[in-house]
Amino acid sequence: MSVDWSQVFDLMSLLKCFVVGGIICVIGQILIDKTKLTPARILVIFVTTGAVLGGLGIYQYLVDFAGSGATVPLTGFGYNLAKGAIEGVKQYGLVGAFTGGVKNAAGGIASAVFFGYLAALISKPKMKKQ
Amino acid sequence: MNSNSSNPIESKQKYQEYVDKKSPNSPILKNCFNAFWVGGLICTIGQIISNICKIRGLDLSVSSTIVSIILIGISAFLTGLNIFNKIGKFAGAGSLIPITGFANSIVSPAMEYKSEGYVMGVGGKMFTVAGPVLVFGISASIIVGFVYLIFNTQSITLV
Amino acid sequence: MKKIGKQTIVFDNPPTILDCASIVGPKEAQGPLCKYFDQTLEDEFWGEKTWEKAESKIIKETVNAVIHKSGVSSDKIDLCFAGDLLNQCISSSFGLRDINIPFFGVFGACSTFVESMCLGSICVESFSENVLCATSSHFCSAEKQFRFPLELGNQRPPTSQWTVTGAGATILTKSGQGPFITTITPGKIVDMGIKDANNMGAAMAPAFANTLIEHFLDTGRNPNYYDAIISGDLGYIGKDIAIDILKSQGYNIKSNYNDCGILIFDKSSQDTHSGGSGCGCCASVFSGYLFKELKDRKIKKLLLIATGALMNSTSSQQGESIPGIAHAISIEV
Repeated sequence: MSVDWSQVFDLMSLLKCFVVGGIICVIGQILIDKTKLTPARILVIFVTTGAVLGGLGIYQYLVDFAGSGATVPLTGFGYNLAKGAIEGVKQYGLVGAFTGGVKNAAGGIASAVFFGYLAALISKPKMKKQ
Repeated sequence: MNSNSSNPIESKQKYQEYVDKKSPNSPILKNCFNAFWVGGLICTIGQIISNICKIRGLDLSVSSTIVSIILIGISAFLTGLNIFNKIGKFAGAGSLIPITGFANSIVSPAMEYKSEGYVMGVGGKMFTVAGPVLVFGISASIIVGFVYLIFNTQSITLV
Repeated sequence: MKKIGKQTIVFDNPPTILDCASIVGPKEAQGPLCKYFDQTLEDEFWGEKTWEKAESKIIKETVNAVIHKSGVSSDKIDLCFAGDLLNQCISSSFGLRDINIPFFGVFGACSTFVESMCLGSICVESFSENVLCATSSHFCSAEKQFRFPLELGNQRPPTSQWTVTGAGATILTKSGQGPFITTITPGKIVDMGIKDANNMGAAMAPAFANTLIEHFLDTGRNPNYYDAIISGDLGYIGKDIAIDILKSQGYNIKSNYNDCGILIFDKSSQDTHSGGSGCGCCASVFSGYLFKELKDRKIKKLLLIATGALMNSTSSQQGESIPGIAHAISIEV
């Protein structure tokens, strides 16, 4: 199958994605440097914010605009969970609120667990040189 | 006694203020610049994968799952090769905030606690850093589902 | 042996520091004190399977080295004081379980080395012939226990200190030619409310100042009495703060004061931020570098003040502030 490279490297979509993704990371960096928050807390703040903005329907605009620039950062993970929960409710009612979120994020969670275990099997920690 | 120098340990509050003034700040501009371009680049790699999926006719939610899995796989691989922490030291939030940081925070304790065994070490400690992300993310999504249910009861058939 | 002033002990027959030994890791070997250490390691595992085992091996081999160097056979050693940073002091008790010397495990965080020398010198003055003191720390085992997994891609704040991989051991003896331990000033716990576990220097500096001032008041000495005043692991930020605090109390220590955490690493090339820390820092810098300076009479009067942050990860998660401690020991040739 031939690939249309101009569509793969669609400059406008990549640029929007780069800028939005970069800005979301800069917000995280400011939190790291200006507060004493640990990495785990910062990840929690991002995922929760993403879920809330996703639930309110605001994050959808960002996803439509920037694509992966909005879905790859952890806020996107939260958005994905919230979107799944809403879809679940639409489809199954109350049960969907419990199943929808994780179902939508299952790929990410399962792959992180699987690859994590795999990496631990074959590799061992090394001293940080700096 | 030098009358110019005030006593920094006069009170706890005064000492805290003094210490804050004395302690060097992180080089925030440099850190933000690195976080911006590394974070942007990781997202862009995701977008390229997503564009390929689109051409192949996959729908958006499947392709974003594929993007997640590939980026998580790359991140786990780089963590296993003892490279990710060097990227993280350079990029800070640039590699922490994208899904790569989530993967790294699962893989790194799994590797570290391998010495405590494959069940309670790797298996048990895997979520010491990333566990809260799942707890808060999943709980928030359930609440979002509840709230949606309450405000949209007419349009949904309750099972 | 008698107490003078509020908390200082003066020895009538000052114990001699017979000999010292030190082993450090590869990063410390790249530092400016490399040539002073007895042995430097190629890698942090040293052939072992875990960081904890490696740290035990480091303290064990350091103790073997000092016993060998001093020529005192281990059955002539009456007591051993040892400690480290890991939970329940496993590095020292596992490392020294086969050594067959009566053992006291001590904990004073990074102040443990001087703490054990204080206790050891009291024993030597009272009843013991020879006493062994040893402490160790390991960057990787400490990171794992106190901070984050090594492979986590986080940034270290500029106030953070780098735990030294290494150990130091010394033998104190009743009759010798010096260097002599002339006085000890055990410190009080001082907590000025600092909560940032990434800024230990600031948490410990008030304890350092408190012990130093008590020592001056009790002995009637002043900063100029000593050729060198060396603190254990305040780092760059802690050192600055300590100088400021003492200046405000009327003591100028700027000219002859330095810190083990500053001496052991080269800040510009080794990226260790505020400097070194850990039980092994003061232990290896004293056993490697300072002891040789005393032997060569380049330093004739030394005041060694090791500082410790008496906290753990549970206390900082619960939002507690960090209590600091500092013990002083004056050594003269």
